Amino acid sequence: MAVSNGASELKAGPNAQAAAGAKLSALFAGTMGPLIGLVLLCLALSLTTDTFLTVRNILNVLDQVTVLGIMAIGMTLVILIGGIDLSVGSVLALAAMVMGFVAHPDHLNLGMPAGIVTALVVAGLCGLVSGLLVTVTRLPPFIATLAMMSVARGVANMITDGSQIIGFPDWFTSLSIIRHFGFLSVTVGLMIVLAIIFAIFLNYRATGRSLYAIGGSAEVARLSGIPVKSLTNWVYAVCGVLAGLAGIVLAARLDSVQPSSGFGYELDTIAAVVIGGASLSGGVGSIGGTAIGVLIIGVLRNGLNLLGVSPFIQQVVIGVVIALAVATDTWRRRAQ
Amino acid sequence: MSLDPSHTQSPHLGLFVSGLCKSYGPVQVLADASFEVRPGEVVALLGENGAGKSTVSNIIAGSTKPDAGSMIWRGKPYSPASPAAAIDAGVGMIHQELKLLPDLSVAENVYVGRLLMRGGRIDRAAMNARASAQLKRLGLDVSPERKVGTLRIAAQQQVEIAKALTLNAELLIFDEPTAALGSEETELLFKQIRKLKAEGMSFIYISHRLDEVAAIADRVVVMRDGRIVARHERADVPVRAIVEQMVGRSVERMFPPLSEPGSEALLEVENLSSPERSFQNVSFSVRAGEILGIAGLIGAGRTELVRAIAGADPISSGSVRVAGKPVHLTGPAAAIKAGVVLVPEDRKAQGVVLDQTIGENLAIGNFDHVAPNGWVFPKAVQKFAEAGIGRLGVKGRPNQAISKLSGGNQQKVIIAKWISRPPKVFILDEPTRGIDVGARAAIYDVIAELARSGMAVVVVSSDLEEVLGLSHRVLVLSRGRQRGILDRSEASNVAVMELATS
Repeated sequence: MAVSNGASELKAGPNAQAAAGAKLSALFAGTMGPLIGLVLLCLALSLTTDTFLTVRNILNVLDQVTVLGIMAIGMTLVILIGGIDLSVGSVLALAAMVMGFVAHPDHLNLGMPAGIVTALVVAGLCGLVSGLLVTVTRLPPFIATLAMMSVARGVANMITDGSQIIGFPDWFTSLSIIRHFGFLSVTVGLMIVLAIIFAIFLNYRATGRSLYAIGGSAEVARLSGIPVKSLTNWVYAVCGVLAGLAGIVLAARLDSVQPSSGFGYELDTIAAVVIGGASLSGGVGSIGGTAIGVLIIGVLRNGLNLLGVSPFIQQVVIGVVIALAVATDTWRRRAQ
Repeated sequence: MSLDPSHTQSPHLGLFVSGLCKSYGPVQVLADASFEVRPGEVVALLGENGAGKSTVSNIIAGSTKPDAGSMIWRGKPYSPASPAAAIDAGVGMIHQELKLLPDLSVAENVYVGRLLMRGGRIDRAAMNARASAQLKRLGLDVSPERKVGTLRIAAQQQVEIAKALTLNAELLIFDEPTAALGSEETELLFKQIRKLKAEGMSFIYISHRLDEVAAIADRVVVMRDGRIVARHERADVPVRAIVEQMVGRSVERMFPPLSEPGSEALLEVENLSSPERSFQNVSFSVRAGEILGIAGLIGAGRTELVRAIAGADPISSGSVRVAGKPVHLTGPAAAIKAGVVLVPEDRKAQGVVLDQTIGENLAIGNFDHVAPNGWVFPKAVQKFAEAGIGRLGVKGRPNQAISKLSGGNQQKVIIAKWISRPPKVFILDEPTRGIDVGARAAIYDVIAELARSGMAVVVVSSDLEEVLGLSHRVLVLSRGRQRGILDRSEASNVAVMELATS
């Protein structure tokens, strides 16, 4: 007995180690490279400017990335299952316009809560339609969401015939201005809470793990009894809701809504997810990685502003960063 | 093709390979390989995966460079720098995965990279005529203007051969040419090889199917661990002798003894038909502890049938009962819930998620078990995976990437995935496809063990020996119709083939 006990203990040692290793590698899966990049970027900006490394500026960066951050969470889910959603910028605008139209005294005047709920429902429906186009009509996600991108933008414009809606209640705009406990606005808090919830969901819920399986191989997932179609529909719907939520946050930040808002955001969002180590072919990616990707874009914009670099050059720099991030990731994988 | 018939008799005109060596880093994949291929003969190159067959053929076809050794081809030193140089010298290779452009026409594929031109324009008429002539030489009646993607695999392969012929190939290397062919198509290919052989062409033929080798090869070269371990001057060597040389040890038996099945019918299939008519009115039952083999030619509807029973494809009519209860086949999830699991035909595309670890692959489809409340903790996955790995003797650890495992071990992971439920009906489609001869016996043992533990087991295989060696009864399909169910005592090669070709 003693001998066999000893043997099983010996066996348990490396296994426990392996389990701990697996846990660590799960948390930082594919994010080590981007994380190092973010740290280096922050170091460089701390040395070259006196303003970057101040509490006030860091809080500014967080404020500036809330819209991008909330959308990127939804995009992470979509890219994980091997899809893509080009419609998030348009859905953001549509949701914001719906909210303004329902809530604003010049229009339906049904109050902010009704406006917010309607906006989220409409955004979710947009996502669901994209999902159904992918699962039922079997359109490639690129085409399905390209179509939704155009439709949602058009409807956003139709609501007020292209004009903006200005002026919301003070409590609404203060959601993004007042910093509770001296540092946390409601909108930033919302982004952080959502990121944590979805990180837990993806890492530890059976449904979250199933999304990785779908992205890795949809056919293997289907044959294993995972409801691939309904999960795909859900993922696009959730991505739509989060894009709508981002539209509401943007409205709070700007105290207005306009049908042209969110133009081109889909590309920033995809860039953040990809810089964060996700694979466009699906199955690889994490909320942690996406958070780093969002912060890299946010810090880069902020830092380049502090350095007085023109917005045109900023675009060039961000393009270079996207290419570099994905290229180093590819090289690293090949080297393994 | 040599015009002077005396040349084909000359001993100087073959391919002489001597002392080829190749290493990748510290791993020597080829050591001192020497053999010859004479004009007008077929040399079979046999060995398990990783034995060095591909390396040798890639060196001869110009896509790999040897570290040492030399070759003489048609009396001259031969060291092709690229596949193009090899083709110029008259050496072509037909890869297992065909390298054709599906959206281009047959003629364009035959002449890709060297389209015939006239006056600065593509001369389609000449291309079509010449491609057509080569296809006729192979006995294939296909319009040269047809898109290659619309042809069946066998016809696509013949387009590849026609392409090699227009390049004046005198030595063709076939890498597993019959892997995707049915037996009629294989017979046609053999006929073509014999015809070209009579014209003086030489062939190197790589295959896992030893019965084919006996039918087509003149001589046999067996490789193991990068070395040539045997050369046979005749092809009718006993299969067991070749297998033992391939695996390097004596093989006691391939197939395990079968246990006596129980009496309860676990799987009952009645008048099952598919919407595409790939199978029609199939009825059979499998008892607890029984292994039913399903045999038939490619396209007979075997895979379609078992996929439908496992809920992977829709049915148009008929019913399936498991342990007496009717199953509403709405999808794989419903079938799994009813106790029917499938190990699919294409391991890499349908069986495993290659990006993930062994543990994650085992957990897919078992979240209800690994995570009863929906919470998946790494520890639970680890524990579940270790149990499955231990039970089937998979050579790997839970957090190891599944892509690093051999085919046999990947297959064991797929079986282990389902074994813990435990299922009532276990279906395996081509369980040993692409798996080394030496590793197959272990899979057979696992399958027999599934039956012994009281499951109803269904095995689909193109390897007739496998079906006959492993099954209590054999159901034979032909063109979607059930031609009969043979008992183990009456099932023989001949009996099955008679039904399969009816």
